[in-house]
Amino acid sequence: MSQQQEQIRTEVLAIVKRLAPEIDPTKIIADKPLRTQIDLDSMDWLNVLAAIHEKLGVDIPESDYGKVQTLDSIVAYLAGKIPAGSLE
Amino acid sequence: MKPALIRKLFADTCTAAVMGNQTGDAEFSWAAVGRELGVVPDGEINIAQLAVDRHAQSVHAEKTAFRFLGADGSARNVSYRELAKLTDRFGNVLKSLGLEKGDCVFVLCGRICELYVAVLGALKIGAVVSPLFQSFGPEPIRSRIAQAAGKVLVTTTSAYQRKVAALRPELPSLQHVLLVDDLGAGSIADTLDLHALLRAAPDTPALVPTGREDPALLHFTSGTTGLPKGAIHIHGAVLTHYATARTALDLQPDDVFWCTADPGWVTGTSYGIIAPLVLGVTSIVDEADFNPLRWIHILENERVNVWYTAPTAIRLLMKAGPELFAGHRFPDLRFIASVGEALNPEAVWWGQDVLGRPIHDNWWQSETGGIMIANTAALDIKPGSMGRPLPGITAHVVRHQAGEPVTVIETPDTVGELALVTGWPSMFRGYLNQPERYRECFAGHLYLTGDLVRCDADGYFWFVGRSDDVIKSSGHLIGSFEVESVLMEYPAVAEAGVIGKPDALAGEVIKAFVVLKQHIEQNEDLRLELMGHARRRLGAAVAPKEIAFVPALPHTRSGKIMRRLLKARELGLPEGDSSTLEQAEAQREKK
Repeated sequence: MSQQQEQIRTEVLAIVKRLAPEIDPTKIIADKPLRTQIDLDSMDWLNVLAAIHEKLGVDIPESDYGKVQTLDSIVAYLAGKIPAGSLE
Repeated sequence: MKPALIRKLFADTCTAAVMGNQTGDAEFSWAAVGRELGVVPDGEINIAQLAVDRHAQSVHAEKTAFRFLGADGSARNVSYRELAKLTDRFGNVLKSLGLEKGDCVFVLCGRICELYVAVLGALKIGAVVSPLFQSFGPEPIRSRIAQAAGKVLVTTTSAYQRKVAALRPELPSLQHVLLVDDLGAGSIADTLDLHALLRAAPDTPALVPTGREDPALLHFTSGTTGLPKGAIHIHGAVLTHYATARTALDLQPDDVFWCTADPGWVTGTSYGIIAPLVLGVTSIVDEADFNPLRWIHILENERVNVWYTAPTAIRLLMKAGPELFAGHRFPDLRFIASVGEALNPEAVWWGQDVLGRPIHDNWWQSETGGIMIANTAALDIKPGSMGRPLPGITAHVVRHQAGEPVTVIETPDTVGELALVTGWPSMFRGYLNQPERYRECFAGHLYLTGDLVRCDADGYFWFVGRSDDVIKSSGHLIGSFEVESVLMEYPAVAEAGVIGKPDALAGEVIKAFVVLKQHIEQNEDLRLELMGHARRRLGAAVAPKEIAFVPALPHTRSGKIMRRLLKARELGLPEGDSSTLEQAEAQREKK
């Protein structure tokens, strides 16, 4: 995993943890659908997406929801949208 | 601006004409509905027999009853014949475990085949079934099973490990937990493997004779005070499920039907399981969470004819924008209905513009067991209205004030409480262990719904608000007391008050105002810890989405939290004269 992907991953986990403070991020299986592992309802999920938009500047349209089901796929999706080296 | 009426053409009404609809009310009788189903007065009646076995023993035995769409893209069709065998097996499993008529079976699963088999199989042997919402946390699960002294729980290994295992010592009534092993975890102490039990059980008929008034279903609903209320429904309720599927949803035997509600809520049971089966249609069941594009594909590719969904889902689809629908066609979609909370007129029109069909709002609640008031296929729609009472249902707007007799308001467009004349088959028969609260719902021959409405000169009903402080979030009723109690468990919390904060998508989201104990410093870490505690105990669907620390909460003289004042402050509304508010609260307490 590149340094940038590592940064994105840390940021996404921080966002999820803020909305669902009860989770233990170390227990998340990265290639399994996130919402089957942690208790996020539709409103939580929208809040996760809104926070990603705010923190990382990437807007995930509804048509791409199918591409962002697992932690791995979210990181890969965002890495493809954020220019390399643009994260502080 | 859009016109205030969507006119129906003859073509819209021809399918609805099968059953009189509102226009033919004079021909309608519940006795006639019973005769159609072959039910004789005072004879045996069993929901699962009418929903499953009746078709399995007919020429329609091989017809698909359910088409289960897996989250992984798989699909599995289950015919009426197969469903009859599976539910017989499950009924025999329960019998072999010593279950008897009247015992309570809880189900806590996602929308997987086993859930449907468990609900129907339990109904077959006369057990009382209570489906729980899969997003409930341990506390709502514990309090509901404890109240009903549930003997059996059917759930998945993942849900059991996360939410139930630790509760077992607190649930002495719970004799057996039957697991669907979704994790491949193998055997787990104090549980049984559902699949192994089903394989070993005979598929001989499991039906136990039940009568019209025998309890069948237990649906928990929330009030503002006290424990959640378990509304008891009887086998005779199936007459309402059957009749309203036609009158309110325009469902025809050859239709493909998709009810998106989770069976953990009353809509998902009455219309996601029972009604379509009794009518003999094919139902789509999607295991996956809401995903706009996935839903569009289901509507299009599964060739859904009748779609029953909810305002939050519709608003989320609207938010996705019309571009998402570009290139998709829905020629098979004939009728769309919505329930859960009042549907805004823009959403009704959105259906017309984007899907080619307007959305028909309807109204009912856990206590009514089935749809009572609806916009129907034959009736012109007034967007924003819940429609008109269905055949067999008489509704009034009443004046209902503490210490005064309930009176019917005859003047159109006057706000009052919605009341229904008792006697429809699916009316609830009690709140479990709470007879006093049940009695308080009635005035003479009227059931008082707690919803404030007005009725216009054309007989259309319009939702105005609730007469109490219950919260509707994503169409689900949430009791402030249940949430406040869990917040109060947290050691740093002195007091908590919970309100529904208006939200463009969810209708309302839960916001908690929390007073900390003396000398405890408020900070972000504490707020997150408290949020985590609430989510762990209540689950995401019931836990607050926002928590604010406040120095004090407003109270009435008798010490009750004034949630209305909290809400007025949150919305920046005039708080009014607090002594008037106190008087109003005191009056409501008396009620």
